[in-house]
Amino acid sequence: MSTVPLDNTNKLLPDVNDDVTQGQSTMQKRVRQRLTSRRATAAAIIIAVIWTVPTFGLLVSSFRPEANIKGNGWWNVLTDRQFTLENYADVLSPGGSQSPNLLSYFVNSLAIVIPGTVFTLVLGAMAAYMFAWGRFRGKDSLFIFVFALQIVPLQMALIPLLQLFTKVLKFGDFQVLPSGTYAQLWVAHTIFGLPLAIFLLHNFIAEIPGEVIEAARVDGAGHSTIFWRIIIPLATPALASFGIFQFLWLWNDLLVALVFSGGGADVAPITQRLAEIQGSRGGEWQRLTAGAFVSIIVPLAVFFGLQRYFVRGLLAGGLKG
Amino acid sequence: MEDFADKGLQVVVGLAIFAAIIGLIMLVVDRAPKSGREKLQVAGFLAPALILLAVGLVFPALQTSYISFTNRNGEFVGLDNFVWMFTQPEALVTLRNTLIWVVLVPLLASSIGLAYAVFIDRARGEKALKALVFMPMAISFVGAGVIWRFVYAYKGAEQNQIGLLNQILVWLGQEPKQFLLDAPENTFFLIAVMIWIQTGFAMVVLSAAIKGIPTEIVEAARLDGASAWQQFRNVTIPTIRGSLIVVITTITIGTLKVFDIVRTMTAGQYETSVVANEMYTQAFRAGEPGRGAALALVLFLMVLPVVVYNARLLRKQKEIR
Repeated sequence: MSTVPLDNTNKLLPDVNDDVTQGQSTMQKRVRQRLTSRRATAAAIIIAVIWTVPTFGLLVSSFRPEANIKGNGWWNVLTDRQFTLENYADVLSPGGSQSPNLLSYFVNSLAIVIPGTVFTLVLGAMAAYMFAWGRFRGKDSLFIFVFALQIVPLQMALIPLLQLFTKVLKFGDFQVLPSGTYAQLWVAHTIFGLPLAIFLLHNFIAEIPGEVIEAARVDGAGHSTIFWRIIIPLATPALASFGIFQFLWLWNDLLVALVFSGGGADVAPITQRLAEIQGSRGGEWQRLTAGAFVSIIVPLAVFFGLQRYFVRGLLAGGLKG
Repeated sequence: MEDFADKGLQVVVGLAIFAAIIGLIMLVVDRAPKSGREKLQVAGFLAPALILLAVGLVFPALQTSYISFTNRNGEFVGLDNFVWMFTQPEALVTLRNTLIWVVLVPLLASSIGLAYAVFIDRARGEKALKALVFMPMAISFVGAGVIWRFVYAYKGAEQNQIGLLNQILVWLGQEPKQFLLDAPENTFFLIAVMIWIQTGFAMVVLSAAIKGIPTEIVEAARLDGASAWQQFRNVTIPTIRGSLIVVITTITIGTLKVFDIVRTMTAGQYETSVVANEMYTQAFRAGEPGRGAALALVLFLMVLPVVVYNARLLRKQKEIR
């Protein structure tokens, strides 16, 4: 599979972590030495420090006892060496209604994000396949129209979509997408993710060699067989790249959650809870620091574990939001 | 625990229903009569995505456009909401802030990202240095809000500071400052958070572009005796111009839609609101869907030219390839 030159968009851009140092001429080495002069290095280190210290301070603080967090700055840890896991126990445990109860919201985030990503990937790939290999009139203009939908900020859709879910899709007492469940969030996220999904996956699927698909057709395979047996396996790298992106985007979302989740512990994601705690008890730093770290641990794990795919997705599709 | 079992069940049921729908579609398109089979197959693959987009994005966007001409009771009021937006001081502040955001964030994030990419190009430990600056990309805006509110945290002058920035002020012999409360400079402290997040994106894309510059060009410039700065101005910048524009436009679009940072750090108070946040406040908190819709429409009109420009540029690049 890796021998098929499918990944056109990405191949043109060298991998972010490529080490190009091999086989350099002495000339280039000298150029390099001049460019990475001492001042440049110093500037780079300053930038790296500014970019890292805020997160580091949060992490350190999350392990300090409440009195210490509120009493002095986290940079005092060298002299004030007291650490505890109590903050994490506190924010995660399902205490009374006053407790952050973050474990519950953490589960909600997973329950929203996993189906939301799967739905978008499957429906997006199906449409992308037809736009790439189907034969029908008006294909190109329809594709451009779907591409153009990326322009519509999701703010444009929120008010009517909420009305649609709560008023129009309701027959008597029966709500097609019941409030108080994840269903509305799944559908909303899927809708907002589709234009980019279709566009990116189309670019990839269209590069699959036509002979492969023709051969299957001659053997009498229909579209569904071709799609599941050939397209999906071959498009795995693109699905992975976009999937990671969609996963992170949904995990980090706040706006869609605020509008569709209702805000309770049974549906709302962790971002929403964290925003709530910030609004109502902004001085509870022992909770905020530990809570923030719980909420960013999954994206950070995905980021450090799958950085390569993450960067690829970024280079291929730009950024969403 | 019962609670989690319940949530898990919801996810399983959701996925099962989805799988059933997809399975049904595949079954129907496979069993279709020979005549018109192709058409039915095309329709079956495209229908789910297109119906969702039509119902969830196209139609709502049109409806929002209409709502923007109505008042809180749903009566048609012509341009009243837009007049409100461009005459009332509180709405004008929102527009002014959005303008400041959209000028500063793309400019500074791209410049810092580019500088950093150049400084660390082929330096030792490049990979790790990149990850440090890139990491904020994976963190949610809400998480970033907590991180930075902690950096900006304020305590009276007689107390120990717990916010790093105020501690630095104290070390420099200054009075501690309420960074997020004092207008108008508080907007700039919010903007810093967005720059912190977006710089990594700019850096990664631009770094990939820099590595794509043919070595012959660099060598030729070097043989001609160009200084590092001249090389940067006359070789690097023109060669990566395309990527630079994509980065700037992408960050511009993201900045126009910025919501979470303002929502979680100040909730738009103290004269820090931006269009996307005010849209949410008006539509879902203040009971003014008309004003909210009008703001969403203005947001759309601001994003539109940037996206069109970006799309045209991408198409041109594709043609060159």
